[in-house]
Formats: sequence, structure tokens, C-alpha cells
Amino acid sequence: MQWEDEGIVLAARRHGEAALIVQLLTRGHGRHAGLVRGGQGRKLRPVYEIGNRVAAVWNARLAEHLGILAGELLRGHAARIIEDPARLACLAAAAALAEASLPEREPHPAAYAGLSALLESLDADRGWAVGYVEWELMLLAELGFGLDLARCAASGATTDLVYVSPRSGQAVSAAAGEPYRDKLLRLPAFLLARTAEDAPSPQDVLDGLALTGYFLDRRVFEPHDRDLPAARARFVDLLERLARISREQSL
Amino acid sequence: MADSFAALIQLLAKLPGLGPRSARRAALFLLKRRESLMQPLAAAMAEAAQRIRACSTCGNLDTADPCAICADPRRDAGLVCVVEDVADLWAIERTGAYAGRYHVLGGTLSALDGIGPEDLGIDALARRGAQGVREIILAMNATVEGQTTAHYIMDRLAALPLQVSRLAHGVPVGGELDYLDEGTLSAALASRQVLKGAG
Repeated sequence: MQWEDEGIVLAARRHGEAALIVQLLTRGHGRHAGLVRGGQGRKLRPVYEIGNRVAAVWNARLAEHLGILAGELLRGHAARIIEDPARLACLAAAAALAEASLPEREPHPAAYAGLSALLESLDADRGWAVGYVEWELMLLAELGFGLDLARCAASGATTDLVYVSPRSGQAVSAAAGEPYRDKLLRLPAFLLARTAEDAPSPQDVLDGLALTGYFLDRRVFEPHDRDLPAARARFVDLLERLARISREQSL
Repeated sequence: MADSFAALIQLLAKLPGLGPRSARRAALFLLKRRESLMQPLAAAMAEAAQRIRACSTCGNLDTADPCAICADPRRDAGLVCVVEDVADLWAIERTGAYAGRYHVLGGTLSALDGIGPEDLGIDALARRGAQGVREIILAMNATVEGQTTAHYIMDRLAALPLQVSRLAHGVPVGGELDYLDEGTLSAALASRQVLKGAG
């Protein structure tokens, strides 16, 4: 068995003294693990930093084996953002979430493309917080729990959608949701349509994270008696703190 | 093979760098030098197992608590270097360029291994920081997990009136640019030092 593919490093765990067990999110083979011989060495360790894009070759005698992975660095995303706490937390959250939620060896090209786009926005330091929320929304859809944000669950209206029903995952209009506003999740406008003029506020991003976090927790993690990854919680904490500082400075 | 001999080989094979074959060779080597090596080694290991413990102040391994570094009055108590592991402490000690004290975290924040802030000595570090420390140097590995931990500690220490610094990232001594990975070069460019101002 052998394949060659492009992958993004989601995790690298030490195995013995010299090897690493690396989890990749590949374009055509989904989340896939492999043993990297000598992965802890000075030359190879930087290649397998979380978030790096590699050209991977996987070999095994049988398909069900862990297999041997060899990779060549295509783009070192991690090194470009390692100095920035918020972007690094975003990268760690995205990788931990993909690692914990995507099934192994099941192709999810949209998840790969979404994570690639997020990494590019992290590199460019532009729109990455919004990109992260959109990536989680896309991940929910890839896992079969996509939200229906096209029309109101109660009235069928396609405009003025400001809430999401925590029960059905469908959008709810302002008028229909008003009596239940305390029980509904806020739907930030940037998840419906984005234009250059209406840059989302930090609170919009936090609302988006609360929305996707709710459904990831209830539909993906809770049924398996697991929690959302701690790296995601740290990322949300950091954004909340930055939003608070930004509010205080604007007063 | 006798049970005790098999047990010895099995235990030796668990040591770093030793597999079953090299463990057999090591066991034979020890048995051939029973009095000159095997018995002193067993005694030294028993003593180390009994006496060496983690320092309650910094987490370093020593026979005394506080450890020799924490107890040394010549060391600057206002300077604390935070490292992931005792091996990192030893690496910095080998340089002979640091005369402050240490704080050993015992790992890094890791979602994969389920290591959170409560599993590391971060609370103890914050308490130390509030007790007359003027600078904390974050000497974590230049990995995503190491730097995530460093940023987290920086946030935790933000309210304290002390300086927080970190080790530089960049070109190693003896390194040739052509052979460096792009990450190291990017970090070196970002952390470049001004040799002469524009004026």
C-alpha cells in the first residue's frame, strides 16, 4: 500500500526515542496517521510542526497498518505565526478540533480546503477570526450536522435572520424569535453574507463561536462523552479577553 | 534463561536507547563486572530512587529540598527562567551563562495529551512571580505547543509588576542560511537586531 498526497499536520506525538506518530489532514485521504522514523531529530522535527503543509508519502504492507510516513515541507505556517498569541491559539484550536472530530481515513476534501484557507488567512493576518468561525461551520456540515441558515424555521422568511434555534439548527427571524430570544443562539450577520463594508465586530466573532461551539459540543462531542478540545476553549478565552480590552479602550 | 536474568534484560530493555538485543549485551556486561560495576550501580540506583525528589520551589530534581540551585545565595533570586523539563534546565546550566533560578513546568499545554494549565506548575509560578521576582524568562521550545504555553503564561503574569522575556529564535551559531528551514529564517528576520540606527 502506498499513497502520495498533500497534508496539513494536525498533531505530532513522540514515539520511542526517535520517531513521531503524526496525524495529517490530507486532501484525498482524510485524517491519516503515520509513523515518521527519525521524526524527533533536528532535521525532521521542524517539518512536523502543527499547521505545516507537507507533501506526504505513506507506505504500509497492509492498509490497516499504521504505516510509515515521509514528508517534505511545502509551507511552514507554524513558524510564521508562532510569535502572535491569538493567531497561534487559532491554529492550535483548528488543528485540535480537526484531530478530535474528523473520522480517520475518510476523505473530507472540503475540510482540507477550509483548513488550508484558514492557514492562508493566518499567514496573511487578515480575516482569520471570521475564517475560523466559517471553518467550524463548514466542519459541522462535513460531519453531517450542517446548520440551515437560509430561511426562518418558523415563518420561512429569508430576511432579517438573527437567531438560530438550538433544537433544530435552523435560522430564526427577528420577528419570529422575539418571544424566545433568551433561548435562541445569536446568528452574526457575517455568516449570512459578507461584504467589505460590514467588517464583523469582535462580539460578532464571539457570537459565531458560541453558535458553532454549541452545535459541535451537542452534536459531535457530547454523544461520545467528550468535551470540546481545550485548545479551542483557550482560543475563545483569548478572543473574549481581547474583545473586552477593545471595548474598554473604546470607552 | 533464569527468571532473574530475564527480568533484568526486560527492565534494561525499557531504558532509552536499549532494545532487547542491546539489553542482553548490557546484562552480560554487568554480570561480568559484578563487583566493580553491577553492585555499585544497583546501590547508586537504590540511593537515587530513595533520595532524589522534585524541589518544592522550582521542580528541579535534587537530593535536597530546596534544590542546590534554589538554595544557592549567589544565584539571583529576582530572575526566574521557566523551562519545560529538567533536561532543559541542565541544557541552560551547561552554558554557564545564566545565574538566576529556574521553574520547571514538567511539560507543555497539549490538547492531544490532555495536559491543561492545572497539570503544569503555572499556579506555583504565578505565586513565585508575586514574591519579589523582577524578571521571568520563558525558555520554552520553539514549537507550537511550547509557544502556546509561553503565551498562556505571559497572560497569567500580565497583572504582576515584573518583566517577562523569552529566548530569541533565529540562526544558530555555526548555522549556514542556505541550510536553515524557512521557519527559523522567518523567525530570525522577525527578531532581527538593529546594529546601527538610521540617524
